[in-house]
Amino acid sequence: MTSSNQIVFDNVSKFYGDVLGINRVNVSIPPGITSLVGPNGSGKTTLMNLMTGLLQPTRGRIEVLGISPNDPERMFRELGYCTQFDSFPKGLTGYEFVYSYLRVYGCLHQEADDLAWRAIERVNLVEAAKRKIAGYSKGMRQRIKLAQSICHGPSVLVLDEPLNGLDPLARAETIALFRTLAADGMHVIISSHILHEVDAISDQVILLSNGYVIAEGEIHGVRSEMQEHPMQILIRCNKPSEVASQIFQKDYVVEAQIHRDGRGLLVRTRDADKFYLMLNQIAMNGVGIESVAPADDDVNSLYEYLIGPEESK
Amino acid sequence: MLTNLRLAQIYAVLRLELKKTFFARRGIWVYLLAFSPVLLFGGHSLLMLKRGQPCDFGLDTNIFAGVFQVFYLRLAVFFGCLGIFMNLFRGEVLDKSLHYYFLTPIRREVLMAGKFLAGLLVAIATFCLSILLQFAAMYAHYDAATMQEYLFRGHGIWHLAAYLGVTALACIGYGSVFLAAGIFMRNPIIPAVTILVWEAANPFLPAILQKFSVIYYLKSLCPIDVASDIGPPFNLLTVTVDPISPAIAIPGLLVVATIVVLWAGRRIRTMEISYGTE
Repeated sequence: MTSSNQIVFDNVSKFYGDVLGINRVNVSIPPGITSLVGPNGSGKTTLMNLMTGLLQPTRGRIEVLGISPNDPERMFRELGYCTQFDSFPKGLTGYEFVYSYLRVYGCLHQEADDLAWRAIERVNLVEAAKRKIAGYSKGMRQRIKLAQSICHGPSVLVLDEPLNGLDPLARAETIALFRTLAADGMHVIISSHILHEVDAISDQVILLSNGYVIAEGEIHGVRSEMQEHPMQILIRCNKPSEVASQIFQKDYVVEAQIHRDGRGLLVRTRDADKFYLMLNQIAMNGVGIESVAPADDDVNSLYEYLIGPEESK
Repeated sequence: MLTNLRLAQIYAVLRLELKKTFFARRGIWVYLLAFSPVLLFGGHSLLMLKRGQPCDFGLDTNIFAGVFQVFYLRLAVFFGCLGIFMNLFRGEVLDKSLHYYFLTPIRREVLMAGKFLAGLLVAIATFCLSILLQFAAMYAHYDAATMQEYLFRGHGIWHLAAYLGVTALACIGYGSVFLAAGIFMRNPIIPAVTILVWEAANPFLPAILQKFSVIYYLKSLCPIDVASDIGPPFNLLTVTVDPISPAIAIPGLLVVATIVVLWAGRRIRTMEISYGTE
């Protein structure tokens, strides 16, 4: 994979006077959905603003698909950014908001009109498009911002808390839209506090804390590297006691708790791959296994282990 | 091709600015300031008509010139341009909407050019329209023959053209200064006071420093010298220590404005969006 289809942060730091924004960030973001996860003030928005040229790095180099953020004329043909700022130019309707900025892109009237309506349709806001944004609900404002960020068909979509203010139906539709965009080969970079939704949609995560990247990569990959936190695996089976007695013979199994209903057990292991191999063997020896699922191989657990439960509140 | 694109972008910015900024309630005070002399001169004419007494034409012409130099140019156009041009960027920072422009594929210098043109269009249209109305209001109580004599056989048309030209140049000069101030400074009061003091102190500055001032060029272009007709301290605002010819004043002011705009253009390339600290 070349840097021309990645978003590259090369030793990037940003200080606001004496206050640290982010420090020595080295990440390469491939296509797909990447989530930025971290508590408030961890540097998520700073990272996004640096990526889009709204902030200048104090140190380091940033490239988005091989383009510097200081070259807006090229970069914003490839990138759309739905910011967290819940503010709009005064007096505009939803349609005018999307249309007018498309004209600033250089689109002629007909093209801008077509693109604006297409984007508004994608976020299901056609009926309200001719109303003033000042009268929109929070969810509608969120959707019109999203429409504005995707209207020109970018290759990179940066979304700062895009699910904020959306009702459950709009959330599901928006997440489906992100999935479609990512499936088309787009980079979708999302920051969100809603960890279970991040978990459901992300191909990879970047965990930030106090301005530092503390982990990055695919969720499973990051989790498996965390040796100090044994992996938890949930097994539903007909003979949990027998399974427990067999697995305890292995040194990579740390703990096994049999469920109260006697129909399963929770295992903590330092080597999930070896454990799954052993479980195959146990199944072949006649134990009926209904299901096997990792219990802490998700963003929520990564967040808790790496950042801490206090900060996640 | 690239030139066409940039022209299209400038046009789009101009359209958007006219739509969302200049017909907003925020700008009402600028229009009130711009058109306040119309009320003054209109009142004067009404009073004269009511009395049925002819007024001294020369005196009226000097009063018009005095109000133009002491109030209109120094205060109305100055603060009007402050309101219009400082808000081009500062207003958007306060509204937290500047980032929408910064997230479009437009060079920031081109964006600035579009905004500056939008500001100029509004400022020149407003202040020049006001001059025309002021002129009409001031001389409304004279009969048609007197006016024809003044306009077409005297210096009337030339004076009017000079006032319009000086006003347009003032918009360009102050517009460029306040555009740059809106990009560089967070608090508009600081540049406003600084520039006001600098412009007022112009007659006392060394010759070389006088040239870095908008009023230096404008005073030389005003059609009537009213310094001897106005008492202290206002006469200080109209005195021209070392008048220069229009052939130098006009290009000189345009050069100063261009330098300021280019300087602002360099600065805006690295301007950051940090609404949280406003």
